[in-house]
Amino acid sequence: MVDITQPAQLRRAFSIYDKKIRAIVYQAGLAVSLAVVVTAIAIQTVSNMRQRGIPLAFDFWNQTAGFQINQTLIPYDTLSSYGEAFWVGVANTLLVSALGIVLATVIGFLIGISRLSNNWIVAKVATSYVEVIRNIPLLLQLLFWYNAVLKPLPAPKASIAFPGGIYLNNRGIILPAVELHSGAAWVGIAIVAAVAFATAFSAYASSVQTRTGKQLPVLVVNLLLLAGLPFVAYVAAESPWSFTYPELRGFNFRGGQQIYPEFAALLIGLSVYTASFIAEIVRGGIQAVSKGQTEAAHALGLPKGKTLRLVVVPQALRIIIPPLTSQYLNLIKNSSLAVFIGYPDLVQVFAGSVLNQTGAAVQVMAITLAVYLVISLITSAAMNGFNRRFALVER
Amino acid sequence: MTTALPLAAAFPYEYIPAAPPPADIRPSPVTWARTNLFSSPFSCLMTVCFTGLAVWLVSQFLSFALFNAVWSGDSEVCRANPDGACWSFIGAKLNYLQYGAYPATERWRVDLTQAIGAILIAWLLWRNAPRRNTAALLFFGVYPIGGFALLRGIEAIGLPVIDTTLWGGMMITLLMSVVGIVFSLPLGVVLALGRRSELPIVKAVCVFYIEVVRGVPFITVLFMANFMMPLFVPEALTPDRLLRPMIGTTLFSAAYMAEVVRAGLQAIPKGQYEGAQSLGIGYFTMMRLIILPQALTIVIPGIVSTFIGLFKDTTLVAIVGIADFLRAVETARIDPNWAGPTISSTGYLFAAIIYWFFCFGMSRYSQSVERHLARGHKS
Repeated sequence: MVDITQPAQLRRAFSIYDKKIRAIVYQAGLAVSLAVVVTAIAIQTVSNMRQRGIPLAFDFWNQTAGFQINQTLIPYDTLSSYGEAFWVGVANTLLVSALGIVLATVIGFLIGISRLSNNWIVAKVATSYVEVIRNIPLLLQLLFWYNAVLKPLPAPKASIAFPGGIYLNNRGIILPAVELHSGAAWVGIAIVAAVAFATAFSAYASSVQTRTGKQLPVLVVNLLLLAGLPFVAYVAAESPWSFTYPELRGFNFRGGQQIYPEFAALLIGLSVYTASFIAEIVRGGIQAVSKGQTEAAHALGLPKGKTLRLVVVPQALRIIIPPLTSQYLNLIKNSSLAVFIGYPDLVQVFAGSVLNQTGAAVQVMAITLAVYLVISLITSAAMNGFNRRFALVER
Repeated sequence: MTTALPLAAAFPYEYIPAAPPPADIRPSPVTWARTNLFSSPFSCLMTVCFTGLAVWLVSQFLSFALFNAVWSGDSEVCRANPDGACWSFIGAKLNYLQYGAYPATERWRVDLTQAIGAILIAWLLWRNAPRRNTAALLFFGVYPIGGFALLRGIEAIGLPVIDTTLWGGMMITLLMSVVGIVFSLPLGVVLALGRRSELPIVKAVCVFYIEVVRGVPFITVLFMANFMMPLFVPEALTPDRLLRPMIGTTLFSAAYMAEVVRAGLQAIPKGQYEGAQSLGIGYFTMMRLIILPQALTIVIPGIVSTFIGLFKDTTLVAIVGIADFLRAVETARIDPNWAGPTISSTGYLFAAIIYWFFCFGMSRYSQSVERHLARGHKS
């Protein structure tokens, strides 16, 4: 406490009770102690690593990895380097995360809307889904899908066959492979053109509607465009693709596209689990839109579908998107559970095999953490941009 | 001049009793079904599909878990019955699933530690309990040290030391979760206060820590704790193999806890801060006596849901070789003596039921607190 009996100039002198001086002392103390701890750890780590013969540099990056990875999106074999193994892991993580986000969003929105259904049994089934799934650890669900559902399937010889050349066995799902011939590019161009035309027509139709109040048949025209143009291109290019069907040769299938059980289990587990959280977010978002909005829309004579599409959903999205973003980030981070069922994601390949072979724990972990941080940052940035479009414009 | 009405006629003072609702307004079961199940053709279709789905799922579950299940007998009986769960397998493995390889004669120590923990938690969570501060002090201060001493053992007082490599099963899962919550909550409070601090360096350090930890998966934190912590310290100080994931868990969930606590701090009206400051109360006293008690009460639901997440995440410690409950189930499942078609499903079903009861119970508690708090705000 300041002693007010003393003369004023004495009180103004250096005092530990001065707020500004305190701030400087506290922060200097924190900074110095952090610096000391970090330096001590760094020195200790370097000496420990030298002592145990652990590499200190990033030399291992270009050395031959020598291990096999069964699912790769980019070219990789046993002669490839650790650096290439790293990129295989990153690509696999991104693949399962991207597909998982799409699937989880679809399932989550369906379940979330079902929970608000007027139909009693639909609402109850959706509620049970949410309450059961989100209270069971994700790892348990992954192990269940992998060890209790996909692995006990019959061997390739006794595969479960589905129409259209699709087979299900304990080596995964075998689908017919698509082979593209020359001219397939035209179909691609036609799809892009159709999307462009459809977007332009929608913009034109909405400008006509604001000017004259006349509604153009947007849905019919766009459907015709989107289905018609690619079909015309397909016929004109004389069926530019064909399917090669998988055949059983000996103990395994030849040809066709194989989806590995590790990948399938991870994708199913991640989407099903995350969907239960997304469903709750969607339900909360829709319930937060006041009932007066729906009633006002009905009073104006808007039908049920349009009320949802034009009045309720845009307002609900404002509430839904921020927590939805954090669920997407959770899904990306949870994809690292791949290591438990052997799907070669970043953690399994890089922080697992590469770390064990090289022993370069510090470098490998630093790179792994950096990759996840970058992915998280990019996802947040993209979702924030998306959020800005829906945010309330206040004047 | 107007003639005044007699007062009694102008203001009839007798209340008119509420009339009972007309009989036909109360929905009969038929009306209820018509509005809630068969309101439109599409609704009828949905009702049929979803009833079918629900009945199929429930009957599958019941026939597997109850009607066709094997309740006693050895692995031969289970192998002969591929349609139902093999509960005798769980019965035979129950001790292993609970205690891991903890010696049978010393298991009372685990039971005692867990019982004390349960009593303390119940005391803490029971809203009208007397002297909850004492409970908090015991739970966050005395219990971790005492519990660890009891579990590990002290030679001096005649309790043989049980090496942590022998610990396993449900005991590890509960231990990990309790350690996580006991240490991460105080650390989270410190980080949250730091993040809301006016001192730029303190704030920057806390923001950096929280955002980095929240941006990376739990597995990588466990990997770091397991592989890098031994490199960080001199060899003589290398932490125990069980202690390393505990430190990792605490550091990880502290970042999430900090965000929960920060939400509570932000919800406290500015007048509370200003009122305290105008009374000449210092920063730490103000936080301890005025702000934090209110903020922490508001965020109890958030703390509980973070704890549920932590409880589910403890399953991941298996990656660094700790035999938690789920890992014990995995080990028991592949025991060749019990090999059979239904063993895996039985093991996973049992684990799912256990985890579900814990998590569902906690989420119900947090919902009831939330309702209680909402009621408090309305009045």
